[in-house]
Amino acid sequence: MAPVSEQQAAYVLRTVEERRIRFVQLWFTDVLGRHKAFHVTPAELEDALDEGMTFDGSAIDGFSRVQEADVLAKPDLDTFQMLPWHGEGEGVARVFCDIVQVDGSPFEGCPRNRLRRVLDGAHDEGHTFFVAPELEYFYFDSLETDGPPKPVDRGSYFDLGTDDSVSRLRRDTVRMLEEMGIPVEHAQHEDAPGQHELDLRYTDALTMADNVMTVRHVVKELAFHAGIAASFMPKPLAGVQGSGMHTHLSLWRDDVNEFVDRDDPYGLSTLAHRFIAGLLVHAGEITAVTNQWVNSYKRLVPGHEAPVHVSWARNNRSALVRVPTVKASKPDSTRLEYRAPDPAANPYLCFAVLLAAGMAGVRGGYELPAESTGNLFDQGTSSDLELLPTSLKEACDLMERSALLHETLGEHLVEWFLRNKRAEWSAYKETVTPFELDRYLPLL
Amino acid sequence: MSALEIARAVEVACVPVMDPACERGVRLAGLKATAEPEVARLVERLGDGTGELAAVIVDATARSTADAMAVCRTLRRCDPPFEPILVVIARDQLDDLALRDELFDDFVIAPLGPEEVAARLRHLLALRGTAPAAAVLEHGGLVVNLETYQAAIAGRVLDLTYMEYELLRFLAANPTRVFTRETLLSRVWGYEYYGGARTVDVHVRRLRAKLGEEHAHLIQTVRSVGYRFG
Repeated sequence: MAPVSEQQAAYVLRTVEERRIRFVQLWFTDVLGRHKAFHVTPAELEDALDEGMTFDGSAIDGFSRVQEADVLAKPDLDTFQMLPWHGEGEGVARVFCDIVQVDGSPFEGCPRNRLRRVLDGAHDEGHTFFVAPELEYFYFDSLETDGPPKPVDRGSYFDLGTDDSVSRLRRDTVRMLEEMGIPVEHAQHEDAPGQHELDLRYTDALTMADNVMTVRHVVKELAFHAGIAASFMPKPLAGVQGSGMHTHLSLWRDDVNEFVDRDDPYGLSTLAHRFIAGLLVHAGEITAVTNQWVNSYKRLVPGHEAPVHVSWARNNRSALVRVPTVKASKPDSTRLEYRAPDPAANPYLCFAVLLAAGMAGVRGGYELPAESTGNLFDQGTSSDLELLPTSLKEACDLMERSALLHETLGEHLVEWFLRNKRAEWSAYKETVTPFELDRYLPLL
Repeated sequence: MSALEIARAVEVACVPVMDPACERGVRLAGLKATAEPEVARLVERLGDGTGELAAVIVDATARSTADAMAVCRTLRRCDPPFEPILVVIARDQLDDLALRDELFDDFVIAPLGPEEVAARLRHLLALRGTAPAAAVLEHGGLVVNLETYQAAIAGRVLDLTYMEYELLRFLAANPTRVFTRETLLSRVWGYEYYGGARTVDVHVRRLRAKLGEEHAHLIQTVRSVGYRFG
C-alpha cells in the first residue's frame, strides 16, 4: 500500500479544499495536559503536513530548556477532524500533533509520544489497551474567583429535567461529540448541584487520550456559547462530591478479552489478577500523575464517593479498583475500573501510568491481595489498608522514588514534573487560606 | 451503472511496489492506488469477488522482467483472465517484452511521468468501457464521492477522519456483503493498528455516531461474524 501518510495527506488537503476550511488548528498538549494550538491557513498546511511546524518549545511548560528551544509539531493525519461548532463557510478543522526534535527524533517532553511508547511496549507483547473514562464536571454561572462558584442548577444524581436549559446543553454537547466521532455511552446529572457526567465508549488509549482533550474543549466551548462556564476542577465546592475520571481498563489480544476467565470465582483471568495487583502495588507512585493538582487531594477524602484506601473489590464503589459485574451473556465487557483519577489529569500520562502499573504486575507475577468486602467509606482512615497519598507533596515524594515512573515517563518528564509540582506545593503552603482566617483570627 | 460496477472500476493495484509518480498518475486518472507486494493476495481478492480492481500495474523495474512477467501470467490465469495490465519497465528492459504480448495490455517506460500513467490508464479503461465516469457510490441516502473524498448522508455532509472515510468507502462499495472484522482490518487498515480487531468495532461505532441515529442502521452488525452495509 502507498505510504498511508501520503494517502492521508491527499485526503486532508482535498477535504480542506472541498469544505472551504479557513483555518486548521494544530492541537497538542503540554506536560500538565493543558490544551495548546497553532492556527495555520490552508496555504501553509501542505508544508505543515510534510515537515511539521517549528515553534519555540521553551514557551511551553515542560517542553525545553532555553538552549534547545526549537521543536516541531508533526500532525497525526488520522486525527484530522472538522470542528462542527464553526459554521458553514468559515470551516475550522483540527489535527493532533506529536512533538519531535528538529532532527525528527521523538521529543522526550511530548506526553502523546510518551503514551504511544508505553502502548507500543505492551503491543510488542501482543496486548492492546482499551480505556473508557467517565468524566465528571460542573456547570457554573461563571468562573469568577471572588467567592465560591455558583452551580447553575440544584439537581442531583439522575434527576430528570431539573433545569431544561442545562439538560439541553448537555444533550447538545453529546450530539456534537457524536458528530465528531466520540461515542458517548451515558450522560447524566451527577450527585452534586451543577455536576454532570459523560461516560465515553471504550477505544484504544491513544485515541481516548485525544478524545478526553476534545471532550474537555467541547464541553467548555459549548458552555461558553450558552453564557455559562464549565470546569473540570477536581473539587470546586466544599461539602459535596468532587469530579473524578473513573477509568475502565481492559487488555485485549486480537479479538480476545484477556481479563476474562469464566472458571475463576471472580470471572477474572490470572492476567487480570496480576494487573489489579500491579495497580495496587504502584497506586501511590502513580497518584501524582492521576491526581496532579493541590486541589485533587481535596477530592480524595473519606465520605464523598472517592477512593482513599488502596483496595480492590467487586462492585464496591468505595474501592480504588472496582471489578464491575458483567452480564453472563457479555463476558467481553469484563473490565477493571480505576477510580482515583480526576478529569484535570493529563490523559496521555494518566493512561500511560495506569498501563505501566498494571503491566508491572503482569510481568512481575504479582499476587492479588484479598478483596475488600466492607464499605470502606464507613471506615474513614482507620482501616489497616494502605492509604493513597493525602497531598500533592506526598504523591510527589512517592513518584520521585519510583523506578516504574522514571522508566515509564523518562527522566525529562519526571524531572520537570516534580520541579513544577513542588513549586505548586510551596506556593500553596505559603498561602494563608480563608479556612485559617475564619478559624483562627477571632480565636487566637 | 450500479454502485457496485462503479466501485469495481476505481482501485488500481500496483505490484510489487508503488512508485510515488505512479500513484499520482493513478490519482490523476480519478482512481485509487494500493500497493500489493504479493500477487497471491491479489489473486485471492479477485477470486473472492471483492476484487473491485480497475487495473493492475506491474512494476518490472522493482525486480527482474521475468518476475514481472510471472506476475502477469498469474493474473491472466485467473478465471476470467484479469485485464487490463499496465507494465512499468526500464528502457533497457524493452527487448524482454518480445514474444510476451499476450501477458500485458500496455507498458510505460520509467522514470514515470504521472500524466502519462494517467493517460494510459484512462485509455485502457476507455477501451473496455469501464472508465470511472463519475466515481460516486450511492446507497440508501449515502453518497460517497471518491474523487473529492467527501461523503454525505441525506444531503448532510459527513466530517470523517481518513480511516472512517476508508471504512465507509469499502463498506459502501460492497453493499449487502458480510465482512468479518479480520477482513475489514486487513483490507481497510492493511497495517498494524493499536486496536487490533476491536478497532473495527470502535470505528463502526464512530461511523454510526456520525451517520446519526436515523441512518446508523446502514451499517449492520452480523452477530458473531462482523458487519454488513445496506
